[in-house]
Amino acid sequence: MTRRMKGEPHPLEGAEPAAANGLLHRRMFLRGGALFTGATALGGLASIVPASAATLPEWRTTPGRPFIGYGYPSAFEEPVKRLVTARAADYPTPGTGSSRTPLHLLEGIITPSGLHFERSHSGVPDIDPTRHQLVIHGLVRQPLIFDLDALARYPTVSRIHFIECAGNSGGGWGLNPPAGAVATMHGLLSCSDWAGVPLSYLLDEAGIDPKAKWILAEGGDAAGMSRSVPLSKCLDDAMVALYQNGERIRPEQGYPMRLLLPGWEGNMNVKWLSRIKLTEGPTHTKDETSKYSELMPDGKAMQFTFPMEVKSTITRPCETLNMRGPGYYEITGFAWSGNGKIKRVDVSADGGKTWAEAALADPVVTKALTRFRLGWQWDGRESILQSRAVDDTGAVQPTRESLVAEKGVKNAYHYNGITSWEVRESGLVKNVWA
Amino acid sequence: MSGHKVVLGGVAVAALLAAGTALAVDPPKMGRPAPADLVKLMDISIPPDGTGLPEGQATAKQGQTVFMERCAACHGERGEGKTNDRLAGGKGTLTEEVTVKTVGSYWPWATTLFDYIRRAMPYNTPLSLKDEEVYGTVAYVLFLNGIVGENDPINAQTLPKVQMPNRDGFINAWKEPAVATR
Repeated sequence: MTRRMKGEPHPLEGAEPAAANGLLHRRMFLRGGALFTGATALGGLASIVPASAATLPEWRTTPGRPFIGYGYPSAFEEPVKRLVTARAADYPTPGTGSSRTPLHLLEGIITPSGLHFERSHSGVPDIDPTRHQLVIHGLVRQPLIFDLDALARYPTVSRIHFIECAGNSGGGWGLNPPAGAVATMHGLLSCSDWAGVPLSYLLDEAGIDPKAKWILAEGGDAAGMSRSVPLSKCLDDAMVALYQNGERIRPEQGYPMRLLLPGWEGNMNVKWLSRIKLTEGPTHTKDETSKYSELMPDGKAMQFTFPMEVKSTITRPCETLNMRGPGYYEITGFAWSGNGKIKRVDVSADGGKTWAEAALADPVVTKALTRFRLGWQWDGRESILQSRAVDDTGAVQPTRESLVAEKGVKNAYHYNGITSWEVRESGLVKNVWA
Repeated sequence: MSGHKVVLGGVAVAALLAAGTALAVDPPKMGRPAPADLVKLMDISIPPDGTGLPEGQATAKQGQTVFMERCAACHGERGEGKTNDRLAGGKGTLTEEVTVKTVGSYWPWATTLFDYIRRAMPYNTPLSLKDEEVYGTVAYVLFLNGIVGENDPINAQTLPKVQMPNRDGFINAWKEPAVATR
């Protein structure tokens, strides 16, 4: 931490505006954090600390609970949970659909495993790992079976990667902006520390027929969810993931094993992976034809658009996390790209007229969520907050206007337009098209 | 095909590397041969050329009964959609203001219908339909879309030849990387 020397100007007092409407220079994050005067930083807290604290809280005078085998969040954190769509009790297919990660309530870049978004087509199977195996067959020299014990013998790789549903932010294609917190529109997005076996080891062991150019990956769930994947991706950075954030993959995420295709459509990261067939061409499954294909304005559909494009969103403030009067705020959010590393994130407080470069928090990892931050001295006037990400291929996150001009509004998938949060004078924050 | 080498970590390795000698080992080979009967049981995917389609056949007329009993509750008696996806109609709407994506208006391959119904439908009892029942259900959904006749037999030979109305509506956007990844 940088200590402020006596006589040195206060960082906020001297904070250099980096763009219009109160955006401050990212320097304050880069040199180890800003220092605040008590009056500025604690002003908001004063109201919840009793003026006369004559008694100590009971947890200071009573021993706490003993040890437990598996921990869970504080009971006071109960509101921090996935957004689950309410459905009628007699809804006939309750295992189809999704739940969303509460992005606005999280910090850092790792999504707690229990908050990783869910997307499944026939519920979450309760798989006995001793009876689960992965079969690799098709255009191979020798069809093989791998169980968990066998996979445990291979060299392990561990990497931090995001998974984003191809339908994430699909509300962006709509005429009106979806109401609600950032998770409502963008919550089909999570990031974990995945560990497992490079898929290339297993394919090589089976012996790849030179005619093979694709695989079909299939899940062991009741939907037998299946997708075709180019072999080149399988031999590049694909993984049979066994661990998520240090422990075995959660059932909702594919226990005991899932296919991990860094940066590519979430749907392709087949959960409960049980079969891989090497093929000459794609199989054209239901989920890569009727779904997850991008319908363009001319009526043609783009098929096999695998990587998730460069994107970012501010998670705080956002709708439901309203402002509490003028003053200093931290603007923060996530940036990510399925094509590489995040190189830069810019933030605007005036609807995109002027931009200030945000600070990127370490680590900045390829195909992972990247945390950005920027200080903001809000003067209490109406503002529109935006973030714009650039990845290391040079790709720039588009405005909604340019994205819609290019792809129309019937796409339903791969929306990566800039998010706009309108901050009203009352402090209310609203999702808007701007 | 041992294209991958695992480089061991440690000081000794660093020394060897410094000396210009790469120390590497092959990953272990822990896979067991997959029995043919297991592969046959699991290999249920059907590509557009119809490879793997089973014997048997049925017409839409025969499939209607199965559809009414097993599918209509969620998809509607005429495939008009209820709690779950609409299956019929919508032809010509892909460029209209209101787009209706169905098997008839959108799906490029008829084989996908067999593949998906057999593997995943009905929702509560996947893999419970007999092959003839799957062929019949496929035939009925195609019939609802005006793609096949009521009495056309749908089987391993006829299904891959069914011309879907939106067959040419898809563009393969995947470009293989110019440089081999290994």
